[in-house]
Amino acid sequence: MAQRQSFQIGTGLFILLGFAALGYLATQTTSLANYRQGDSYAIKARFTNIGQLKLRAPVKIAGVRVGSVGSIVLEPDKLDALVTLSIDKRYDKIPDDSAAAVFTSGLLGDQYVALQPGGSPDNFKNGDEIVLTQSSMQLEELIGKYLVGGDAGKTGDKAGAKPDAQSGEKSGKQPTE
Amino acid sequence: MSASANPRVSHDDVTVRDPLIRIRGLRTALNGKTIFEGVDLDIPRGRITAIMGPSGTGKTTLMRHITGQLAPDAGEIVVDGANVARIGRDALFGLREKIGYLFQNSALLTDYSVFENVAFPLRQHLKLPEELLRNIVLTKLQAVGLRGAANLMPSELSGGMMRRVALARAIVRDPMLIIYDEPFVGLDPIALNQILKLIRTLNQTLGITSILVAHELAAVRRIADSIYLLAGGKIAAHGAPDELARGETPWTRQFFSGEADGPVPFHYPAPDYAVQLGLAGAAP
Amino acid sequence: MSIVRKPPSRLADSLAQIGACGIFLFRILGAVPLSLRYLRETVRQVYFVGAMSLVIIMTCGLFVGMVLGLQLYHTLSIFGGTAALGTVVALSLYRELGPVVTALLFAGRAGTSITAEIGLMRATDQLDAMEMMAVDPLAYVVAPRFLAGIIAMPLLACVFNALGILGAHLVGVVWLGLDNGTFWSNMTSSVDVWSDVMTGVWKSLAFGAVCTLIATFQGYTTPPTSEGVAYATTRTVVFSSIATLAIDFVMTAFLM
Ligand SMILES: Nc1ncnc2c1ncn2[C@@H]1O[C@H](COP(=O)(O)OP(=O)(O)OP(=O)(O)O)[C@@H](O)[C@H]1O
Ligand SMILES: [Mg+2]
Repeated sequence: MAQRQSFQIGTGLFILLGFAALGYLATQTTSLANYRQGDSYAIKARFTNIGQLKLRAPVKIAGVRVGSVGSIVLEPDKLDALVTLSIDKRYDKIPDDSAAAVFTSGLLGDQYVALQPGGSPDNFKNGDEIVLTQSSMQLEELIGKYLVGGDAGKTGDKAGAKPDAQSGEKSGKQPTE
Repeated sequence: MSASANPRVSHDDVTVRDPLIRIRGLRTALNGKTIFEGVDLDIPRGRITAIMGPSGTGKTTLMRHITGQLAPDAGEIVVDGANVARIGRDALFGLREKIGYLFQNSALLTDYSVFENVAFPLRQHLKLPEELLRNIVLTKLQAVGLRGAANLMPSELSGGMMRRVALARAIVRDPMLIIYDEPFVGLDPIALNQILKLIRTLNQTLGITSILVAHELAAVRRIADSIYLLAGGKIAAHGAPDELARGETPWTRQFFSGEADGPVPFHYPAPDYAVQLGLAGAAP
Repeated sequence: MSIVRKPPSRLADSLAQIGACGIFLFRILGAVPLSLRYLRETVRQVYFVGAMSLVIIMTCGLFVGMVLGLQLYHTLSIFGGTAALGTVVALSLYRELGPVVTALLFAGRAGTSITAEIGLMRATDQLDAMEMMAVDPLAYVVAPRFLAGIIAMPLLACVFNALGILGAHLVGVVWLGLDNGTFWSNMTSSVDVWSDVMTGVWKSLAFGAVCTLIATFQGYTTPPTSEGVAYATTRTVVFSSIATLAIDFVMTAFLM
């Protein structure tokens, strides 16, 4: 009987361990891990081009993850992308004149949204919209621009660091560098 | 000889009564080798019937036919009213639950202790309370003198001990029929006596029909009611033990006196000895 | 003449084996309902094929993860993409390496012992003895091992994957100094539960069924000799490995 018991205990432990491993893989190493940060607030940002930005892509400040992309929709009338960023409640002191940009991690990495903090005394609240946005840089456009000496890109916006102030509202121009 | 303890049975008498096992016209070939060519045989209820015969004549094969492990090429085998070659698997399993079988090589389950081996048929088919099960198993082990070995594993037993455990397992459910395939192999004289007594007691007190496959004539004569002598794919002789032991036919005379020459071949069929050794040409 | 005739007969033999194996699968499936009566046997077998394989699975998982971490870090650093280390390791483990390597190890560790055990039971008449005691060896011996393989394989693969991630983390973050947050956040933003983790689990289930089917089939049909058992054991490893990789290809093509 004792022998029989030990089999059952061993089997039980093994199955527990297996499911614990599965649970760990499923919740800690996949996108499910990003849902978990229950308390967050949403701010919106408009981009003329989001490139390969995907749902649940990270939102970073100074390279540190502060939230994720919650939704991406096309605004039917203005034809630009409205991106909702879910920001972790912990980071509630982001100045409301901060700028958003779609960056690529590394040369071939995934794209993410970077926030560049501004200097305003007021902070973003739930539902606020980011005024200063900079769209994704398109590799093709970059190449085209260098090849044709600037003719391909209609924009003369030379200061790449300077964000597209009107978030592409007045023109379909794409800020590129 | 204590054969007088058994009621004398004449075999003419036996064939008429309703036998437990009736075999008619049995024919079998294994891998092209003919094992049986027309065997007729009856096993009467409540008796001990011995099957004897030279090694390799097919005694074990016959038992495998009776228990439905092997289908014959022709002929019918009726056990307790059911033709074992015809009935479905469930019916066959139902029949086997009523048969205890002592394998020639013991065939103990090596994963289980002696106790669990003997308890196996009970656990599989009856939902007995653990206490009762324990008592039954220990009683059977006591009967074969191995109660003290209950917790050993089969690998820790000697050959003779394994046979006794296998015997305990075969009788644990008090079946209707017990087939003993060479129960005396590897037993010392003391154990042999005890096992003989056990087989007889089971037969006399519970009326269990027994088929005894054995080579030991002296032992068989003490308990068997009748003997079938199987040789050359046929029943060579049949009768009460004392009758056969008198050796009135060439078959019985040769078999029971152990002579090499006679109708029963000692050698497995083979090409001529001289030819095979390459001496054929030298002796034209 | 024998040279001309041998290949077709080999081919016919293999086809016959595959056919027999398929029939055996149906016989096992038929015996599964009956084997639920012997649930304890299944539990025991999960212990033997699963819990007893843990050590080798965990060790190999850790080392595979460490090797992956080292190799991919080196390769990714050429493109300046070391941030993606966690992602690449996780994806390659979950989708391919975890299930496949676990199945190969399983075939060597548990498959062989199943074959040898059943083959020896056949050789020593234990299967016949069970039949004589009105116990169906398919339900009592084969089906529990088959079920145990299906249960144990995905769990083993998950353990393998978890240890693999740990190994890659050890090498990438602890040893080579990759940023911990980058390692995890990259992984969590690109690995998906259904298309990555569960794909691996489905594969493992299939591998578990196939490997134990082959192992039990080889054991059950082995010639009752020591040589027969030896060959059967070898065939288990060879056929299981081939079948695992072939099925992996098919499933990858369909699940991608
Ligand atoms: N599976 C098999 N395939 C082919 N031939 C077999 C097979 N099993 C047994 N035989 C042959 O059948 C014959 C009878 O075998 P069996 O085991 O019934 O003999 P036996 O009378 O029980 O002998 P023993 O007294 O030595 O136990 C033997 O000659 C053997 O060669
Ligand atoms: Mg025999």
